[in-house]
Amino acid sequence: MSKMSFKVWRGDKGQGEFKEYTTEITEGMVVLDAMHQIQAENAHDLALRWNCKAGKCGSCSAEINGMPKLMCMTQIKSLPTDKPVTVEPMRAFPHMRDLVSDVSWNFEVKKKIKGFSPKKADRPDGTWTMAQSDIDRPQEFRKCIECFLCQDVCHVLRDHHKHDEFIGPRFFVYTAALEMNPIDEADRLADLKNKDGLGYCNITKCCTKVCPEHITITDNAIIPLKERVVDEYYDPLKMVANFLFKRNKK
Amino acid sequence: MPEIVNLEHDVLVIGAGGAGLRAAIAAAAQGVKVGLITKSLLGKAHTVMAEGGMAAAMANVDDRDSWKVHFADTMRGGQYLNNWRMAELHAKESPDRVRELEAWGALFDRTKDGGILQRNFGGHRYPRLAHVGDRTGLEMIRTLQDHGIHQGIDVYMEHTVISLLKDGDRVSGALCYDRQKGEFKLFHTKAIVMATGGIGRAFKITSNSWEYTGDGQALAYNAGAELMDMEFVQFHPTGMVWPPSVKGILVTEGVRGEGGVLRNKDGKRFMFDDIPDNYKNQTADTPEEGWRYVTGDKSARRPPELLTRDHVARCIQREVREGRGSPHGGVFLDIAWIKEKIANASEHIKKKLPSMYHQFIQLADIDITKVPMEVGPTTHYIMGGVRVDGDTQMTNVPGLFAAGEVAAGLHGANRLGGNSLSDLVVFGKRAGDYAAEYAKKNSVPKIDQAEVQNGIKQALLPLDRGTSGESPYAIQAKLQDTMQDLVGIVRQEAEMAKALVEVAELRKRAANAGVGGQRDYNPGWHTSIDLANLLTVSEAIAKSALDRKESRGGHFRDDYPEKSAEGGTYNSIIKKGPNGQMVLERRPLTPLPEELKQIIEDQKK
Repeated sequence: MSKMSFKVWRGDKGQGEFKEYTTEITEGMVVLDAMHQIQAENAHDLALRWNCKAGKCGSCSAEINGMPKLMCMTQIKSLPTDKPVTVEPMRAFPHMRDLVSDVSWNFEVKKKIKGFSPKKADRPDGTWTMAQSDIDRPQEFRKCIECFLCQDVCHVLRDHHKHDEFIGPRFFVYTAALEMNPIDEADRLADLKNKDGLGYCNITKCCTKVCPEHITITDNAIIPLKERVVDEYYDPLKMVANFLFKRNKK
Repeated sequence: MPEIVNLEHDVLVIGAGGAGLRAAIAAAAQGVKVGLITKSLLGKAHTVMAEGGMAAAMANVDDRDSWKVHFADTMRGGQYLNNWRMAELHAKESPDRVRELEAWGALFDRTKDGGILQRNFGGHRYPRLAHVGDRTGLEMIRTLQDHGIHQGIDVYMEHTVISLLKDGDRVSGALCYDRQKGEFKLFHTKAIVMATGGIGRAFKITSNSWEYTGDGQALAYNAGAELMDMEFVQFHPTGMVWPPSVKGILVTEGVRGEGGVLRNKDGKRFMFDDIPDNYKNQTADTPEEGWRYVTGDKSARRPPELLTRDHVARCIQREVREGRGSPHGGVFLDIAWIKEKIANASEHIKKKLPSMYHQFIQLADIDITKVPMEVGPTTHYIMGGVRVDGDTQMTNVPGLFAAGEVAAGLHGANRLGGNSLSDLVVFGKRAGDYAAEYAKKNSVPKIDQAEVQNGIKQALLPLDRGTSGESPYAIQAKLQDTMQDLVGIVRQEAEMAKALVEVAELRKRAANAGVGGQRDYNPGWHTSIDLANLLTVSEAIAKSALDRKESRGGHFRDDYPEKSAEGGTYNSIIKKGPNGQMVLERRPLTPLPEELKQIIEDQKK
């Protein structure tokens, strides 16, 4: 057992400051445990989100020593002990109180993406024949726990505030899961190009690095989506053909 | 008095896990105006924690399966205290609910011929659980969420209901606060579907999150609804036991479904030592036969690790108590051993149990493909809850419905793994359908404004007392210790009587709880409000458990270790008496119809 100090962001709607708290650390403790202990001991009104405490719900996202992480999956012994651990809310979203950010923008973005739209079922019981190998990729994307850490780290949102023109890595993964679903028939390529700001992503892979579910966001979702958009709209042969035959429908 | 926002709906669904989302979708499909309230953000409810799968007799993997076998398995698992109508509807309708999820975008793991794959699970005779690795609950909630957001449902995230309001006998609304803004809201509604989940936070060691404070059970009870079978709490046999901060986090039964075995410190597979009579002819005689079963040999019987959860939890408890446990007070759960049986075992385990693999690597520094896990029982689920009609899910309060874990009946004295996810969608849909029908047939009820003002006043008391009141966290922690120590997995008369005294004492302390700070996003304030609900369900559990003088399913008593004949004839009913006191009644079971009785007999062979 030993004591450890935490600098926790306290404040309201953007206003705030770090306050230092010291608490007892036992074996295997994660940052979320420390926050709960501080809350029970001397900061009863410390605002934070959490649910499953097992890395499955994506509620307790925060910035720990400046890195976007889940508080429930960050062991304290993995952090340097020579200085206090800083714990802050996700900064790419409006601040609400203490460690809580207003993530409602994400829920609005999802509503605007064309939903799942299956082709006609091919099995007598109303289900679809799908080979496991054909759904491995969309299943990887469906591991997403919507912690929004990828959104938090993305410079297009965090530094350039393109929330109105760019849906962010989470929703490229969401779109990719739909586009690569073998039974979905909707077409989202025009939206990706014109509305969702896919072009803003310059594949720095920061999102992939912070994903607690280890989804290869950039390589498996974003780059293939970019390729599909290029094939559809920027293929030189297609462009010439479209010009000559005036099939410029899209 | 603080300002209040008024909102109107036809059907108000409280809780947005699998049952709440499915109910909201069903009600919206009937064309009524639906509101959906959730304590957390959308998609974070405890459904995401369900790992193993969703039980449905689709017979994709073993064509001997049918709704009749599933029905009989559920009744046997529940020790025949189940609401048989619910067990019947559940077994018949769950396959359609699975297929519907696929039609809404769920991607279940596949069989070789491209159909929905099903896996083995405790108490299920044939491989029956549709699944996605070990994250089936996430797949279900995300599918319902992503479908639900396009159905015109008004979603209220991070809202908590303080009380239900009534107009005469029927419900008329719900008083609520917005956790983010601290603002009070009054929902006027014709019907309410309660889908708030469980009570895990009444116990110290639990797999449940902060949300599971028995809100739905307590709100319904206070509104005059009857609670049933509250003594039956499920202690999941395999929770993490080490390190201390992760104690209670769930380790899926899927580990055993994939061939994982339980051993004590001497390396012995102790589950072979104690096989209940009614499962003897379905259980493997040797480890060899057990392995053949989990690898799909239809002539083999299931290994004893896949007996029902109540039994496995007690066997683990026995090993620990008798000094044969693991270093940190659990037993060993070993999946790594399958490397003796199959090539590329490590990859196989990571593919089949990916989140277990990560959970242990990240939280316990243990590689489950190489070494055994340490596990022990954890409070997981409550079989009991609000008593409902089997077909409509309506409670005895007109206009008040309940579905999912908050409702009682389907699982009887013990729930089979995998029967919860299917419960959510089968009865979520039914509750939503019938609530919408009720709303269409009935006029707009009146709200009693005096009741609303009183509710607000009560809710603000902890903030009025401020830091001069007692910390709600301290009271909650004491309650959790009391329930864990005195009404836990092994129970006895004197301890439970003591628990009731302590709960009454804690109720007095809770009436003096106070927190500093403001109304917006103040977890201390939220905790002090939730505390009242936790105390109500704790009293109901202890009272029902004290009265049931036998051992059955999730309820085990040291002083009455056997089943009694009489115990199999009634359900325990809890309701609010005329003077506000909690009243207990033993209510005889409704007799089974002949044809269902016959199915149970046929399946005993």
